[in-house]
Amino acid sequence: MPIWDRLWGRRRTSSGSTAKERLQMVLVTDRTDLSPEKIEKMRDEITSVISKYFTVNPDEVKINVERRQRDSWLVADIPLLRSVNKTSESLDPDDA
Amino acid sequence: MGAKVVTVTSGKGGVGKTTVTANLSAALVSLEKRVACIDADIGLRNLDLILGVENRIKYHLVDVVEGRCKLQDAIVKHKQFPNLSIIPAAQDRDKSAISPTQMVAIVNDLSPHYDYIIIDSPAGIERGFRNAVAPAQEVLIVTNPEVSAVRDADRVIGLLEAANPRPPARLIINRVKAEMIKRGDMLTPDDVFDMLSIPLIGIIPEDEAVLVAGNRGMPDLGSRAGHAFKTIARRLMGEEIPLKDAPTPGLFRRLTRLFGGRT
Ligand SMILES: Nc1ncnc2c1ncn2[C@@H]1O[C@H](COP(=O)(O)OP(=O)(O)OP(=O)(O)O)[C@@H](O)[C@H]1O
Ligand SMILES: [Mg+2]
Repeated sequence: MPIWDRLWGRRRTSSGSTAKERLQMVLVTDRTDLSPEKIEKMRDEITSVISKYFTVNPDEVKINVERRQRDSWLVADIPLLRSVNKTSESLDPDDA
Repeated sequence: MGAKVVTVTSGKGGVGKTTVTANLSAALVSLEKRVACIDADIGLRNLDLILGVENRIKYHLVDVVEGRCKLQDAIVKHKQFPNLSIIPAAQDRDKSAISPTQMVAIVNDLSPHYDYIIIDSPAGIERGFRNAVAPAQEVLIVTNPEVSAVRDADRVIGLLEAANPRPPARLIINRVKAEMIKRGDMLTPDDVFDMLSIPLIGIIPEDEAVLVAGNRGMPDLGSRAGHAFKTIARRLMGEEIPLKDAPTPGLFRRLTRLFGGRT
């Protein structure tokens, strides 16, 4: 996006990335035969379980169904809001 | 040693299956291969027109199946490309006039005489699609960088993955507009590949020369799109060509990885 668009506040998400996001959602439905509501429900449930352990932004939780060879993989992308250094300390290889 | 049988399909209509079939066939012939292309779009015959042989058709695929002529009689030889044969579809019949088994039988009869058999599939995922895919040793899925074409391609990939035996499939992204990608208003080949995750065999730019060639009934291998078709032909023949001659090299450099590793 040209810089002046941003300066003049005409910023909008490019339609290309909107297309990708919408497609990713619809492909999950197509590939799993689950309705969009069911997927939404699953996403909320996963989010609430993860939230017991980490701080997450529910809007950033992404669920995807990927094809790998003959298999389908359910892939969740869950960015953690706060630093996880504390929790990972005990996993430090030097500790072992 | 028989021919390699390749079916060009897409799910969605109008994305460029016939264009790909015609140009890929011409490109293979220019690389000294013997090619037969079959129009499996029964009722909506078009491959003959794009290749400029529409006035020389005597018999068609359904005539062969129903015993009105020998397979040999239905073959139209291209004037400018003597090594290119075209087997036209029937225009006055529908997809149910032929079965997948009959399609396999026809391809088997052709196979000893050619290096490649390219089948132009109709749009959709029903009978016509199944006819076209039945004899395939490899499937090329054509899509456009556009939401509905990508979604339909995904459906077709899912159907092929469930098929037994499952033919390997590769992706062609057609009608890519570098200008729109620069503006952020078009899915990039990278986006499409990310979502469909099957190997990419080529990217074809939007090119007016495709329409002009269609008007004339003569593929134009010298155009920008023609160049992309030649590259696809060479990749089909097993050559490893990195993606450097894509529409805008800088933008697509990242794509090089698409051709590595994944099968
Ligand atoms: N790379 C391209 N650049 C410009 N125009 C193109 C390109 N590819 C295809 N077209 C145009 O798109 C139109 C549809 O192409 P084509 O007939 O090959 O699609 P199709 O998938 O075979 O359609 P159908 O599903 O009806 O069989 C044609 O007018 C063709 O000229
Ligand atoms: Mg067609």
